[in-house]
Amino acid sequence: MSVDALLKAPAAEPSRSTATTRVVIYGLLLLFAAIYILPLAVMVMTSLKPLDEVTGGNMFALPHDLTFQPWVQAWGKACVGLTCEGIKGYFGNSLKMVIPAVLISTLMGSLNGYVLTKWQFRGHRLVFGLMLFACFIPFQSVLIPMATILGKFGAFGEYLTETVGWDFGFGAPTENLVIVHVVYGLGFTTLFFRNYYDAFPTELVKAGMMDGASFFQIYRRILLPNSTPIFIVTVIYQFTNIWNDFLFGATFAAGDAMPMTVALNNVVNTSTGVVEYNVNMAAAIIAALPTLFVYIVAGRYFVRGLMAGAVKG
Amino acid sequence: MTLAASRPSSSSLRTKLQDALPRLVLAPSFMLLLVFVYGFILWTIYLSFTNSKAFPSYDLVGWGSYIRLWNWTFDTDPPSSWYTAIVNMGLFGGLYIFFCLVLGLTLAILLDQKIRGEGILRPIYLYPLALSFIVTGTAWKLFLDPGIGLERAMHVWGWTSFKFDWVVNPRMMIYCVAIAGIWQSSGFVMAMFLAGLRGIDGEILKAAQIDGASTFATYRRIIIPIMRPVFLSALIVLAHMAIKSYDLVLSVTGKNPGGAAELPSTFMYSYTFTRNQMAIGSASAVIMLMTIAAIMVPYLYSELREKK
Repeated sequence: MSVDALLKAPAAEPSRSTATTRVVIYGLLLLFAAIYILPLAVMVMTSLKPLDEVTGGNMFALPHDLTFQPWVQAWGKACVGLTCEGIKGYFGNSLKMVIPAVLISTLMGSLNGYVLTKWQFRGHRLVFGLMLFACFIPFQSVLIPMATILGKFGAFGEYLTETVGWDFGFGAPTENLVIVHVVYGLGFTTLFFRNYYDAFPTELVKAGMMDGASFFQIYRRILLPNSTPIFIVTVIYQFTNIWNDFLFGATFAAGDAMPMTVALNNVVNTSTGVVEYNVNMAAAIIAALPTLFVYIVAGRYFVRGLMAGAVKG
Repeated sequence: MTLAASRPSSSSLRTKLQDALPRLVLAPSFMLLLVFVYGFILWTIYLSFTNSKAFPSYDLVGWGSYIRLWNWTFDTDPPSSWYTAIVNMGLFGGLYIFFCLVLGLTLAILLDQKIRGEGILRPIYLYPLALSFIVTGTAWKLFLDPGIGLERAMHVWGWTSFKFDWVVNPRMMIYCVAIAGIWQSSGFVMAMFLAGLRGIDGEILKAAQIDGASTFATYRRIIIPIMRPVFLSALIVLAHMAIKSYDLVLSVTGKNPGGAAELPSTFMYSYTFTRNQMAIGSASAVIMLMTIAAIMVPYLYSELREKK
């Protein structure tokens, strides 16, 4: 079952369907397309309307008094809890968390995949099996120990600050989230690279060995130059997952350190004052923009990553 | 067979190090997972047998937490939040899996009919996957809101008797969570089925056509049976996503008022972190884990065996 088959022309012969069935098929496809687009379209339109037009009008109507004020408000002034400085800081938090977490987990996954396919040792399949199962655990089953350990990190960081003057990043919420996302992303990144390198010709690796190339030389000179597609797939997959994570962010980062998703949930569900639907929607779109952008630019790789996550390579 | 073993064995330290290098490279990741996944799981299991409240306690008290959950499932009146969580899990999981499969298969079959503009339509069905569950929930909460969303729009258009308040009705909230979830994930199932359909050997279909099989019969008798493995993969991925669903409930319902849309995932969180019943929370986490393990372990085992 190759994912790239998706992008090829259908292999099946054209069925001799009548004009009516064609109309029905296109009709259904367009109807579904409309249903899939509507929520996003409504979100965008709501974010471009003044509040009275949202509360007093029809959500399907195009904006009458087009305004970008909600976007400005969401970015710079919306209230998250008691601070009303917009979501820009939280957007930054997510970036600071997602970039190192994606890079580290991808690189480690790549090396793991290399070892598990080209330098197999006794029990390699058990090791891989254990790493694979880790992809699918409900994170609730590790949440309490993780919170306890991160609490210890925090205490250690404070101790370091007292004695050395710097906490070396111990106990800082963003660093904590990087660790958490690296650890729980490793299974998937290893899976992706293992499946990819599994199909990579072992002869080339053997030839490299004959020439006396070392473990890392073979990796750098032979595998890495041929790994661009799987790197793109993995980076996109990890980026989307980590950016969109809520559970870890909500559990391990509070206050100013919240990632974007958690802050958005607070903006939307704030119980004080009038609900500013237009601002909420602008904030939601801003929160979705990075992953949407990746999807639009590299949709092909995006889909491939998702499918690889369904285990079958 | 393994490359490492085929190398000439020498006792020099350098060679030994060279031979150990692959395992040394893998070791940090493996250790991390051993501690942070399997160690932590054991730790959680241990906690579920204690009487931990707001903080972990390490005095074992036996099966108490599980017995309480068990009683809550069957014996309590009015229904407990664990009972609600289980019932909602069944409702949400069932609807989510069923409709994702049906929609995904329908869309894939429709798209596979040599459609013009497939390149435009396919991304439209798939884009919700790029959105987080929080954004998805936020969008659907607005869309279904009776005051400004669908109901209001219908009223403005003149259908004044139209009523759709599920998203603010505690008894119906869970269905709205399912709607949002189906919208988010069905594109993924479509992509899986489409890849499956495109992977089918054209010769088989040609043969069916020559034998005079109708399109419908070809699908029912040949194509869909061939795609059984895809069904299985999709089913398993969906089941595990349904059990893990957490943020979607919070965002669609607006922080799950009164626990009306409780799922095991939200139950675990609120019992552990807000209700100071950590042992109960751990027990519910263990139950979630065991359910997922019962689904995933046989599947992963067969997947790994197949390869070699």
